Amino acid sequence: MRQIIAMFKKELSITFSSPIFYAAAFIFLVVSGYFFYTNTAYFSVLCFQAGTNPLLSEKLNLSDMVIEPFFGDLSVILLLMLPLITMRMYAEEKKVGTIELLFTYPISDVAVLTGKFCATMLVLVTMLAGTIPYMIILEVFGNLEWGMIISGYLGIILLGGSFITLGIFTSSLTENQIVAAVLSFGALLLFWMFGWTKAISGPALGRVLEYISIIKHLDPFTRGLIDTRAIVFYVLFMLFWLFLTLRFLNSRYWRS
Amino acid sequence: MTFFEFIKTGRPMIVAEELTKYYGLKPAVQDVSFRVNRGEIVGFLGPNGAGKTTILRTLTCYMPPTSGKILIDELDTRTQSLEVRKRIGFLPENVPLYHDLSVNRFLVFACSVKGFKGRKLEDEINRVVGVCGLSEHRSRLIRHLSKGLKQRVGLAQALLNDPPILILDEPTIGLDPAQIIEIRELIKNLGGERTVLLSSHILPEVSQVCQRVIIINQGRIIAEDTPTSLTKQIQKQKGLQTSVYVEGPTDDVKRKLSSIQGVLNVGVSEKKGEFIVESISDENIRPMIARAIVESNWRLREMRSIDLSLEEVFIHLITEENKDIEL
Repeated sequence: MRQIIAMFKKELSITFSSPIFYAAAFIFLVVSGYFFYTNTAYFSVLCFQAGTNPLLSEKLNLSDMVIEPFFGDLSVILLLMLPLITMRMYAEEKKVGTIELLFTYPISDVAVLTGKFCATMLVLVTMLAGTIPYMIILEVFGNLEWGMIISGYLGIILLGGSFITLGIFTSSLTENQIVAAVLSFGALLLFWMFGWTKAISGPALGRVLEYISIIKHLDPFTRGLIDTRAIVFYVLFMLFWLFLTLRFLNSRYWRS
Repeated sequence: MTFFEFIKTGRPMIVAEELTKYYGLKPAVQDVSFRVNRGEIVGFLGPNGAGKTTILRTLTCYMPPTSGKILIDELDTRTQSLEVRKRIGFLPENVPLYHDLSVNRFLVFACSVKGFKGRKLEDEINRVVGVCGLSEHRSRLIRHLSKGLKQRVGLAQALLNDPPILILDEPTIGLDPAQIIEIRELIKNLGGERTVLLSSHILPEVSQVCQRVIIINQGRIIAEDTPTSLTKQIQKQKGLQTSVYVEGPTDDVKRKLSSIQGVLNVGVSEKKGEFIVESISDENIRPMIARAIVESNWRLREMRSIDLSLEEVFIHLITEENKDIEL
């Protein structure tokens, strides 16, 4: 446990001293702020129109029209930003040669991976924490359902964790950070789009593709539902990529 | 050697048996076997690409050998990797470090990974920082350090946990002459109870620092002994050279020296009065030369054997080995 904490702290120190993190976090906050503004502005325009249209006013709901789409927007931004955060995880260690230190220190591959994963999750949570003021602003002017917001953030954290584990895996494959980021983004995009092909696939294959579509499982969370099946999917997805990363790192023993 | 000394130094800390490592289909190291005892400072000597780094990497559990067995302090590197790693301090080639961390932050990380915490962690870092002369640089970012200081940070991380075995891969490569002397002194001082295995292709470094030398070429060990014994062995093969300063007529002296039994060749040096006598063996040759000069009533000013440097030994061995391979 002590070694995991040491690894965790080391990763945090390096991430928070990296310009890539600050660039990614800055863009994340700017773009998410823009999406939040447009959602809120559109909602306020509809509210004005509802003054003359009682039927419309019944359908207006801050949660459905601002919060739910906002979490959807966050997921798109994370799809673009997280590969930039995860790309250096192992690729940089390989490039600089510090992987030689990690593989010869008395620390297991599992502890190294766990430390890296936990540190990146904290980075994700830190970035997401930057969006909480948006919710506080809404709370000042409206009436928010905080349960829905909490479940939405939980869903985003699970989705982000899935992005992170796949990103760490691609980073373990290469010593080139750009290649790691491109592989990660490409693979995540595929998992994102699997659900779109449901209509043109057969019923059985369509159901499978829809199930492995990474974004589909976010829907219940953004609607305020904590769905155990979605949690299981994301946890299994993360464990799968962490397991593959470990297997790939271990392959140095049998590949020789 | 007393019984106590045997107990103290006799147990091998590193045992490599028939070590072979392939990269793809290409053998990097083949059937390499050697032992390093407790307290020894042993040098791996070989040209670039000879397989030194590959051997050190297999010893430190960075990668397993394709075949063969490695025991570190009687622990198998394949099955007891984590235990082996606790006993080794490793300075990899080119000293990879986390450039975005400060010296102190990096050492805290390395020390925590090696099992220290709290007050003991602080004390251990203070100790290695003191040994490596890094006290004034603890708060500096590693990226801002000179090459020599980075090398010291690399050594400091290897010394954490006071490991009984130190493995240093090219510890002085890329340093300026003053820094090289500093690091050599540091390594010499690290010996004693500790077993040190270092690789180098810089011959004076090995002859100055190491008690024993393992010469490796094209993935195989071609010689293993103390630098002095190796020199003697090669001298026996190549013949002995003796420098003799004589005051006398050059042609007569040359003729007289050539007539001595065992002398192969007599050369006249550019230095006035110096003759280079090549003989098959050093046994009795110098008294015979002295007697011949005195009997001829010439004055003998100086006589000394010309020892081969480790560099000459190394070149001789490598050349002979390459000839054998070509045949």
